[in-house]
Formats: sequence, structure tokens, C-alpha cells
Amino acid sequence: MSNLVSALNGVKAKGFAAVSELGLSGMITLRGDLTSKEMAKAIKDATGAKVPATRKVTFGAKGSVAWMSPDELLVLVDYTATGEAKAALEAALAGQHFLAEVVSDARAHFRISGDAAHEALSKVMPVDFSTFEAGDFRRSRLSQVAAAVWKTESGDFELVCFRSVAQYVFDVLKTAAAEGRQVSV
Amino acid sequence: MLVLTCPYCGVTAEETEFHAEGEAHLKRFGPGSKDEDFEAYLFMRENPKGVHLERWRHQNGCGKYFHAARCTMTLEVFGTYPAQTYEPPQEIKDKIAAKHPNWTWREFTL
Repeated sequence: MSNLVSALNGVKAKGFAAVSELGLSGMITLRGDLTSKEMAKAIKDATGAKVPATRKVTFGAKGSVAWMSPDELLVLVDYTATGEAKAALEAALAGQHFLAEVVSDARAHFRISGDAAHEALSKVMPVDFSTFEAGDFRRSRLSQVAAAVWKTESGDFELVCFRSVAQYVFDVLKTAAAEGRQVSV
Repeated sequence: MLVLTCPYCGVTAEETEFHAEGEAHLKRFGPGSKDEDFEAYLFMRENPKGVHLERWRHQNGCGKYFHAARCTMTLEVFGTYPAQTYEPPQEIKDKIAAKHPNWTWREFTL
């Protein structure tokens, strides 16, 4: 059996904010009609969460769901639970026009935590984090690459990007969060 | 720097989150069309000093295409609207009319 590892194998950095790669993380891209009742059932079956509103993320017992675009969601579950979640989505959406694909190994997943985590992110993303609340979700760019960020109920930020740019994203975040480089906004 | 609002996800962001995709409202002339029409479709573009209608893509966001009306001289943005429209909505025309009462653009007039 292959030894499965994530892009950066759980690397961590601690500055005025802590940056860590979260290891293996399950993600499913789901496209379809987000307003249909079949979609609501599929999301509930797979994660226990509700379909998120525009630019929101919702949290359920088995995972969370993020709004990616008017016809796309990102379903986040445990790495080992993606098969089960995808099967639940496909069962509930049978007959609908939809796409569900496991993209866990195409992505990297980071957490940025600490009271000043928003300061580190503000340096490298063109996003106003002063009005960013728990459950808000935003796709944007991080320095020169695409990334999506959201705030969890505990107040930490989580971020996903493509696996191919994981090292770049980690280095940028580590530098932005280095001790002594607070901006105190 | 331009600040645009994506009509699909509602994000207001500066232009580095978007990508300019050329002129809006092009009518395609494909196989079987006259050579002059095909040439105009491929190559002939508006290049106004003033209000222009452009196509943009929310490249680092929701990934959708949309249209924007802006002034190429002052960089004033009159508004953005979904790509599934054949001409700019009246509210955007009203905003353009307030600054440029004689505006015309291809077949569009105020």
C-alpha cells in the first residue's frame, strides 16, 4: 500500500500567527443547480450541513460546504470519507445535471491561527478582513496564485490552494506571519 | 486602478483579481458567413476615448465572465452586468447619460 502524504506533510511555522498545513484533507468539487431540493438533500446526506449562501461556508457533523461560484460548491470531509460522501451525493442527485469529483489530491489545505492571523493574510490577499466573520468565504488570490479562505467558528482562518503551489503559499504565509512583522491594524 | 464588482458573487475587488477579456457584445460570424463579416468579427474592434463596454472574467474568484461599462479616459466604472445580456441595462445607460449625453457605441444608443 502506498504511503499517502499531503503536499507538505503537515509542516508548521510559528510567528505572530501560526501557519500549518493540515495534512491529508478530503475535498469534493460539486457543480449543479444549487437551489434545487435534490442539492439540499445531497449536501445534508453527505455532510449534515445546509447549502451555503453566496460567499459563505456552512459546517455540519461530517464536514463543511463552501460556496465557490453560482453553480459550484466545495465539500470538505475527512480524507478517508470522500468515497462515502461522493456516493451519497451521487445517490441524492441521480437524474440531475451535476458533477461530483474527488479533488483531495489536487489541493493543499492550510490553517492560519492566532489573534493577528488576519494581519498576515491582509498583507498578501486583496481582501478586507476587518469585516470578515466566521462563516464567510472568499476566493481570491494569495500573492500571485489563486486561493480560497474562510473563517471557522473558532476564529481561525483556513485556506485551500492548488497542490502544485503549496510550497509557494506556505513560504508566503510564513514570511507574512514572521515574528516582529506585525502591522497592528 | 480599477475597482469592479462581480455581478455573480457580489465581490468588489481591484483589477488584479480580474482579467480583461476584450470587447463585449461581439456577434459571432462563423462558417458560411460573408468574408467581410467574418473579418469584422475577428479583427474589427471599438477603441473609444470615452465610455467602452468590456468583457471581464473574475479569474481569481468565481471564474465567471461579466460585462463592464467604463470610461477609458477617466477610468470611471459605470457598472457591471451579467454576460447573458444583449445590451447594457437601463440603469447603466442612465449613469452614462449623466456624464456623456451623446454617447453611442456600435449599435447602442442611450
